[in-house]
Order: sequence, then structure tokens, then C-alpha cells
Amino acid sequence: MASPRTYDAIIIGGGHNGLVTAAYLARAGKKVVVLEKRPRVGGAAVTEEVFPGFKFTMFSYVVSLLRPEIIRDLDLPRHGLHVLPLESTVTPMENGDYFAAWGDHDETRRELYRHSPRDAEAYDEYGRLMHFMAQAVKPILSMVPPDPTSFDPRDLLALLRLGKHFRGLGAERLHALMKLMTMSSADFLDEWFETDVLKATKSASGIIGTFLGPRSPGTAYVLLHHYMGELDGVFRAWGFAKGGTGAVSESIASAARGFGAEIRCDAPVARVLVKGGRATGVALENGDEIAAKVVVSGLDPRRSFLDLIEEKDLPGDFVADIKRFKFRGSSGKVNLALDALPSFTCMPGIGRQHRGAFSISPSLEYVERAYDDAKYGEFSRRPYMDIVFPSMIDPGMAPPGKHVMSIFVQYAPYNLNGGWTDAKREAFGDAVVNTVEGFAPGFKSRILHRQVITPLDIERITGLSEGNIFQGELALHQLFFMRPAAGWAKFRTPVRAYYQCGAGTHPGGGIMGASGRLAALAILGDGA
Amino acid sequence: MTLRQTPFHPRTAALSEGQAWRRWAGYVVASAYELSHDREYHAIRSSAALFDVSPLYKYLITGRDAARLLDRVVTRDVGKAKVGQVLYTPWCDPEGKVIDDGTISVLADGRYRMTAADPNLRWLHLNAAGLDVAIEEVSEQTAALSLQGPNARAILQNAAQRDLASLKYFHHTEAKIGGIPVTISRTGYTGDLGYEIWLDAAQALPVWDALIETGMPYGITPAGMLALDVARIEAGLLLIEVDYFSSKHALIEAQKSSPFELGLGWTVALGKDAFNGKPALVQEKARGPAWQFTGIAVDWDSLERLYAAVGLPPRLPTQAWRTSVPVYSGGQQVGYATSGGWSPLLKQYIALAHLEGTFGTPGTAVEMEITVEHHRKRAAARVTKLPFFNPDRKRA
Repeated sequence: MASPRTYDAIIIGGGHNGLVTAAYLARAGKKVVVLEKRPRVGGAAVTEEVFPGFKFTMFSYVVSLLRPEIIRDLDLPRHGLHVLPLESTVTPMENGDYFAAWGDHDETRRELYRHSPRDAEAYDEYGRLMHFMAQAVKPILSMVPPDPTSFDPRDLLALLRLGKHFRGLGAERLHALMKLMTMSSADFLDEWFETDVLKATKSASGIIGTFLGPRSPGTAYVLLHHYMGELDGVFRAWGFAKGGTGAVSESIASAARGFGAEIRCDAPVARVLVKGGRATGVALENGDEIAAKVVVSGLDPRRSFLDLIEEKDLPGDFVADIKRFKFRGSSGKVNLALDALPSFTCMPGIGRQHRGAFSISPSLEYVERAYDDAKYGEFSRRPYMDIVFPSMIDPGMAPPGKHVMSIFVQYAPYNLNGGWTDAKREAFGDAVVNTVEGFAPGFKSRILHRQVITPLDIERITGLSEGNIFQGELALHQLFFMRPAAGWAKFRTPVRAYYQCGAGTHPGGGIMGASGRLAALAILGDGA
Repeated sequence: MTLRQTPFHPRTAALSEGQAWRRWAGYVVASAYELSHDREYHAIRSSAALFDVSPLYKYLITGRDAARLLDRVVTRDVGKAKVGQVLYTPWCDPEGKVIDDGTISVLADGRYRMTAADPNLRWLHLNAAGLDVAIEEVSEQTAALSLQGPNARAILQNAAQRDLASLKYFHHTEAKIGGIPVTISRTGYTGDLGYEIWLDAAQALPVWDALIETGMPYGITPAGMLALDVARIEAGLLLIEVDYFSSKHALIEAQKSSPFELGLGWTVALGKDAFNGKPALVQEKARGPAWQFTGIAVDWDSLERLYAAVGLPPRLPTQAWRTSVPVYSGGQQVGYATSGGWSPLLKQYIALAHLEGTFGTPGTAVEMEITVEHHRKRAAARVTKLPFFNPDRKRA
């Protein structure tokens, strides 16, 4: 396989961001090779047939905010991307009632009216404000973060533009934005709503992938994510990918190959070769060396800088920053093969509710208590869960009449008291299944196969440090020009010709691909 | 009841969540069953959608001269078609202008079923002078369903308890669903893997029930006309009275179109004996059509800029529109789009358009009128070859 030619760029890691970078570089005529350690591309966006006939979206399970410009630039629909609607969320309550948000606005408002007429009215106003907030924040997703301490005219210009942009919001919205960026999601929602189950469900989305609870400051801004998805609106950058999230990765890989990129699986990289402060290529674990003008790491900051590069090749303060970068994986995943769909007590029978999500977030106290367990080093005895039935949206995910159930679980701390063991993993799986059973009696007897994934498993399988699904917590001090480290948020690194393109860079998180695209643009801008 | 109900109405009415109905040939059919047609559309491309297409006009043409009659009327070569084949074809007036389009199934030697969008009984009779042929309208007696999407074959194979892999694109076969005799044709109006099922209207409900029951594990989804409209635009398929006017309804010459002007040149068998419009079509073929029917794809960045200028994210038509929209090039109007909308699958704003002369060449840069906050603007667009979407499974 060794190619006599030198590559323009080597991408380490075939996760979705690495693939996006590869595709954009190849599109610009660069000779690119992607090196993936696993037998398949996708990283944490993979679909695998773990149990015969049943396809599991192993880790990630929804497409969230996949950037429309990437879909267009890479023509992903022609490469098999098909995002299907995932419209409703049903939250079963402890008293047997439920709260449901449906795809239809009137229906949702009437449902909320049942819980609180006041909230039903506030819901529209809240939605309108969040629309403006999302509109204000969204451009940031597609920009290279300017360095606020720099006197580089480009930084100053970008900061000026950003300043103008925010001033243009007007006082009221700017204040709301400040609140969103600093408050806890629970406190922010308290200003709007009185229905506890509504607040619990909305704030639960704000804690995904973080080691924070709904009452922790700095969780409110994630409430915006949903509304950013609505801004993309009919473009539908949010939903369930036909074939699972692995199909998203495959479509990007197919686009990259179409532009001439080479993708090698089963090709783990041992280290980045550095000569005179400049990356010159990589050494594979099998001893092969591949040279390239540019090396791009799609791995998280810890892997990119502490594992692949020798410390002596990096400035001390940068190494210290990266060592302090917080991962703290807090989520697990339980994937089930089912003989039949579960019927939930709150909404008995099988119906359209199974085509949307079930959120196990019956009250704010429930979610906060789930966090309490984790704070002290235990997995939540009664966790927050986001459940979908992929086979109800795409019947191809399971044999006809059978189903797969994807359960995203929080909290499952990476640093569990006493460490994760096989027994602890199964105990965690039991806690998840038993909690669901409480809301859907009889469900357990329908399970044909169970796959339990802890943060340690995520780390072991995908390489994501501490099993953090976002390549590092999406906490405010680790965002924008601070991601992954102050001064190094522009996809470049202290090693010349060595770049980073993973979710550990701005804006990170979810299957957005934004980091991968911005990295490619930065590399091309540097004239690589 | 002034409008008629199809034989499936007891089932379709029970499914209608929003009471959204559309008129079709004097019948009512569902626009969408759910409050939004979104999921029904995705079923066409991802699993399987079930449409009630009973309002189509259907004629049984039998007798020694059945093929001769059809060959006088339509542009395709019916005489050459073999039993089991289905032909898509337009038919023209003596000036070579399209009256209607539909399908002809060769049921047996001297036995054909013709479908049409408009009533054509009189036209068929007018053309049958001196021929040994019987023409029977069977529109009401024949119920029709269309099962479209990647899972359509699996569902139908289970429902009919037989292998359908050998049933080729635009062919048909006899089968039984729930013990009821049906004809299954590998046809449809979505450009996807799909089948149409023809049966005795009196037996409609048990066939619907059997399909729904068998189809459940495969994601079968009853779907309405709004979903179908998006799919047929992606497939580049014409709709009468929308993308063209029947020459029988046109009030002025300019409203009429020839098959060549509608992208249907491939259906015109000039090698066969005399048929309606042949002399005109021979001449037109030699000189080239004045118009081309083609796709146009609106440029996203242009759309985004036009909306950003008024402070809005782009608004996209989630429902297909059916109005005439001017298309420009270099400041001059060079044609008009007749159907368009957002393709949720391709993530493109697409339209079907009639463009003058060489403007219809794929890749040509044009502009399409869009209305942004009450103001008429022009969005950049590119002429695109039809169909927009053409999956291998359609024919495989």
C-alpha cells in the first residue's frame, strides 16, 4: 500500500471531522490520506451490527447541527446522507402522566396548556427570544475564533465585527444572551416557566456530555442548540440519519474518496514525526512511516499533543494547558435489540410516540439527583436518559418486526469509585434497564440482546479520552478562543505544519463537522 | 355527496388527522394524512409509501385491432410491445400537440389497459372508426394503489406470497393479495422502486388491509398528494394542467406543447405507421423544438443573500408550488418554471421549467424569480438535467 508519492496532508483519525477535513482538502486538489485505527471510519459516529440483524448506533445516535454548508459543499445527499425527521419528545412523569412536545406547534401548545395555561403562552415568547439568540450565536459556529489578546489586524477586524454583531442585538436581547451564557439552565428556565417536567426536559439537553447538573451555572447556553437546529429549519440538519450515524460518516468518506482522498482503515498512528519544530509525517504502529507536507490530527487534544507528540517539541505552558483540559466523560450508552417495542404506562400502546424520543427526565429534582450520584463518583442509580427507537424511523435498522432501542445515559462518570469493572458495567446496565422498566413495565422481557457502553468503553474503542463524547467538555472555559487552549484555537498548533481538526477545537460537539471544515479552510489559507 | 369517494375512502378517511383533502378527477383524495406531509415524503425515499391512485381514468381496449387503435392514438409503438409490458406514453392531436399522458399495459394479445389523467373515451372512439375494437371505461370498477419506496418490493412479495425480483421495470404480472386477484405493475410516479396495484373496486378494502398489515414491519406509510408532488418533481415527472396544458383545453396556440418540448422526444416512435400528429412531429424533430423542459436548481448562497438582506434565514417552500414563475437570463425572460419546491432528500430548491432554445442546456446559469418579503427578486439557478433523483433501485 505504501505510496511512493508524498502526501500533501495526512489526517490522523477517520472520525466525522477528520473525514470532513480530508474531503475539503481533497476537493481543493490536495493529495490526502486518512489513517483510521479501527476497521471502519466514523470514530464515535458508527453503526455496527453487534447482534445479528440488529444495527446499533453505537455511540452517537442523532445528527445534530450538521452544517448545511458541509452538506452542500460535499454534496452529501448524493453520497447517501438522508436525514429523517425525529419530531416528538415524550417525558413520562412519576405520577403516570406525561409531557409531550410534538412536531405540530398547536398540538404542543395545547399539551403544555394541560400542564399550565401560563406556560403555554410563555412558550411562544420564549421560542421567539431563543430564535433571536440562536441567530445571534449561530455565525460563531462557522467562524475561526479571533484571539482577543492579539493585535493581528485580522483578529482585531474579526473582534470588531463580532462586537458590532452583538451590539446590533439591542439591549434586551444582549442581556438575555448574557444570562444564557452564564446562568444554569434550571435558573434560566425558572424565569419563564412553572411546569417542572418541561423545565426538566429542556434543561436535560443542556447537560449532555458535561459533568454538570441542570442547576450548575453555565449550562443554559446549550438550550440554544435546539433552536439553532430550528434556524436550519427545513434544511433539517437535525434528525436521525438513515442507517444510523455511521451512514453520515460513510457519506462523508464517500465524498472524500470522490474528491480523490485515500482512506486507510486498520492503520493506527503511533506518533507524529517532528523535525526542527515542524511535522514531517507520521509513524504507524506497524513501523511504517508516511511523509506529508502537513499532518492533521482529528483526535482529541490529549491524544493530539500528549500521545502523538513528544513533550519536548511543545512549549511548557501549552502542555500544561492541555493537561488541564477537562474531559470527564459523564455519559454512557445502552443499546438494546428488542423482540417488541415497550409500552409506556403514561401513553400505553405502540404509536407515533415511538417515532420520537422518550426523555427520562420527570422532574428537575430527578435530574439533579442523578447528577448528585455522579458528583460523588457513582453512576446515577436513576439516570437521565434520552431514548430513541431507530428501527421505528428507519425499519432497516432491525429485522422486520423487531426493534433496536438506543438509550443515551447520563451520568456515568469516567472516574467511577473503584474504577469500572465488568461487574460495574452490568450493574450500570441494570440500573438503566430497571429505570426504564419502572416507566414501561414488561419491557425487560422483550430484550434480546444488551450492549452496555461506559465512558471507559468509549475511550477503549474510539480513543476519546476519558470517554468524553465531545472530545472535551463543552464548558464555557473550554469554548471558542479557549478551545482547546488559549492562543491555539485556530486549528494550528505550536508545531509547524501540525494541525488539529477534531471536536476538541472550536466549535466542537455533536455531529456538526464544523471543526473539520474550519480546520481545512485554515490549512488551505496557510497555503499548505 | 357531490364529489366521489374512492373505494379506499373508509380506510383513508379514518387516517386523516387534519382533514386535508384534494380534488382529483371528481374524487377526493388525501393531501396528507398527518398534520405535515414530511414523514409521508420521507417514507417514499426511505421505506415505503402507499398512495390511493384510484381516481386515474382507466380504459380497457380489446379486440383484433386494439393495438392498431392505440398505435393511431399514442406516440409509442404499441404493436411492438409484448404481453406483460407497460408503456408510458403521451398522445397528441393532429398538430402534434400533447393531449394527455398515461400508461398502456399489454394484458394479453389484443387486450390493453390504458390509464389517463383526463377523460379520453370520446377521443378513443373518434379514432376507432373502422376498427374491430371494444373500448370500455373501467375507471370506477378498477381501484388502484401505488406502493413506492425502497421497501416496496419486500412488502409486496410478502403480501402476494411470491417472488417479484423478476418483474422488471415497466412490466406487470398477475398476482393475489389476501386471496384477491390483482395486477401488479412495476410503475409509479415517484422515480423510486415502486409498484402499482390494480384490482376490482369491490375488493379494495381487504387488499388495503393486507398491505398495511404486511407492510407495518417495513415502515409502510399511507401518503397523500403533497408528498407525492415533491417526489414527482425530484423524479422530473410531468403533471398535466400544471407543467403543461392539454391541447384540448388550451385556448391559444402558445398554451400547447409538443412531446419534444416536454422532454418526451424518446416516446415519439416516428418509425411506425401513421399516428395522430406524426407529420407535424417529423417536421419538428428536423427543426428542433422551440422549448426545452428541464430542471433548474436554485443556488443556495444566492437565496441566503436575498433573505439575509432583509434579516431572515432563507425561507424554503416545504410544499411544492404549482404556479408559473419567470426564469431569466441576462435580464431577459427566457422561460418559466411550472412546479418547484424544496427537496428534503437532495437538500436543494428544485423546479421544473420550460426554457427557450439553448437556455435549456444543462449547466446554463439562469435566474428564477422568488418573492422575498413581498418583493420580487431573482435568485441564481442552474439548469439541471432531469431527473434530479434517479436511484439505481428504480430499475434494479
